[in-house]
Amino acid sequence: MKTKFNSIISLAAAVLITTSAGAQDEAYRAIVKEGDVVGFTKPQPIALTGFSGEVEQVLRFDLEVQGFKVVNDGTPQYEVAGGGSGVQGRLSDRISKATIFSKAYTGGSLRRQAHALADDVVAALTKRKGIGQTKIAFKVDTGANSEIYIADFDGHNAHQVTRDNTIVAAPVWIPGRLALYYVSYKLGNAHIFRHDLATGARTAFARYGGGNFSPAVSPDGSKAAMILSKDGWVDLYVCNSDGTGLKRLTRSQQDESSPCWSPDGKWILFAGKSGERRVLMKVSPEGGEAVRVPTSGVSNPSEPEWSPDGKWIVFTSQGGGFTICVVPAAGGVAIPLVEGEDPSWAPNSRTVVFARRTNGGRALSVLDVFTKQYKDVSRVSGGNSQPSWAK
Amino acid sequence: MKTTKYFSLFVCVLALTVIAATGCKKKPAKVTLLPNSKISTVGDLPPGGILPGGDNTGGITGGSSATGFPAGPGHIGWKEDHETLKTETVYFDYDSSTIKSSEKSKIENVAAYLKAHLSAAVKVEGNCDERGTEEYNRALGERRALAIREYLINSGIAANSVDTVSYGEDRPADPGHDEAAWKRNRRGDFVVLTPP
Repeated sequence: MKTKFNSIISLAAAVLITTSAGAQDEAYRAIVKEGDVVGFTKPQPIALTGFSGEVEQVLRFDLEVQGFKVVNDGTPQYEVAGGGSGVQGRLSDRISKATIFSKAYTGGSLRRQAHALADDVVAALTKRKGIGQTKIAFKVDTGANSEIYIADFDGHNAHQVTRDNTIVAAPVWIPGRLALYYVSYKLGNAHIFRHDLATGARTAFARYGGGNFSPAVSPDGSKAAMILSKDGWVDLYVCNSDGTGLKRLTRSQQDESSPCWSPDGKWILFAGKSGERRVLMKVSPEGGEAVRVPTSGVSNPSEPEWSPDGKWIVFTSQGGGFTICVVPAAGGVAIPLVEGEDPSWAPNSRTVVFARRTNGGRALSVLDVFTKQYKDVSRVSGGNSQPSWAK
Repeated sequence: MKTTKYFSLFVCVLALTVIAATGCKKKPAKVTLLPNSKISTVGDLPPGGILPGGDNTGGITGGSSATGFPAGPGHIGWKEDHETLKTETVYFDYDSSTIKSSEKSKIENVAAYLKAHLSAAVKVEGNCDERGTEEYNRALGERRALAIREYLINSGIAANSVDTVSYGEDRPADPGHDEAAWKRNRRGDFVVLTPP
């Protein structure tokens, strides 16, 4: 109850600081009426007993960014009890007195086993696949240069994957593969590289004249969208995964940035401009007219990402600061969630990783968009930003 | 596989027996030892964090259209001189790539320099303040560099003598977080390129 109340308070604060009060009132009514939706779902209380140290930390982190709230008091319906050596857990329903499962985990690290237990709890209680054993890629800023790292989704077990001693940015996973596209300035300008993490094989994918920015891979891996300036303007292009068949999708002297794909592969969504206003737009990868995706109630949308289940678009809105927002995929009233930027969905279509600005540079956090609960990701020394969640 | 599972179970039971026999400090109260637990073997992480080996930098190169960049390798390997034109840095308004009238004479100076040094080329580096999202700023920095490039071309400089690069917000001239710093960071720098 308290969380819901706090959510309403923070939304009310958002209403007060924005200028278009009318649109915000409308947004407020729409959300309150819907009740159990993004930003307003009450977390599911769950008890953890018999765990300690790292295992307890992993379980709490994983469960709370997937809609649960670990409570020590009261009598929540569900309990995960542990004990013994290694990681063992029993999930039970205290009302029906039923044991839902009881398992012991072997292999991997203790953290990995704890993530696996959290995944089993999530799968049993939410019918969504858990995200405990998924990966993120991100940019680590070390001053004038930056490099790409990958890590477990909570930031632990981080590995450096580039050592280019220049700016390396905008990593994005190739769906279903241990491989990335990213931008590196290693050859003098911003070029797009494809990097297979299993073998270390790397190919310069787009080296057109001018800038080659913001790669985005189609859900089936067959095409890549990107921003190029080779024709004298900054525009959106798409080509096949072998680099052939380059097609220009926009022809505007204004900005296009941060493309992403719809999960059915039928649309490329990007940040563009309509007159003087920054808007989200989508265009078919085959070409044609770009269509606006309305994000009422917030200003300056950018960095959109379409949820894997196709229902939502998460994006950054920029007013005085930066806010993570969610809007239905068809467009509509945007729901501001927390301060932050550059969000990327987890495969579960409810958790997102995003960057937030701190005094010591950017850092990453993980947010459950339904309950608005979020937690800070373990940090690699330097600024951590531009996260991409492997799907 | 089955053998491994039973072996793990055996080890597990053995460990529990030892712990039970020796007394375990960490054993919490009221813990059931989960007698009928299934054993779930957790896989190791896939190999990750592999640094790139020998790069294949073949890829696709070149540009195409009349307004754009010429095909070919450009000015790779040319010597970079960041000093000569550093007083000509062009400054921009917030979130704008429009050349202000106060800045035009600087670009005209650069055009005059290039006309006097016919073998030289120039690289225009577009930069932004931190008040934008990262990839938006990368595109904005490129638009700033392209706007300066267009002005140079209109001043009679050959299109293939002007390269652009955008550093977005990654290379601030001033690391501060206030308007004074932002003002210095919204800029286009000129780098003179000379043949190797």
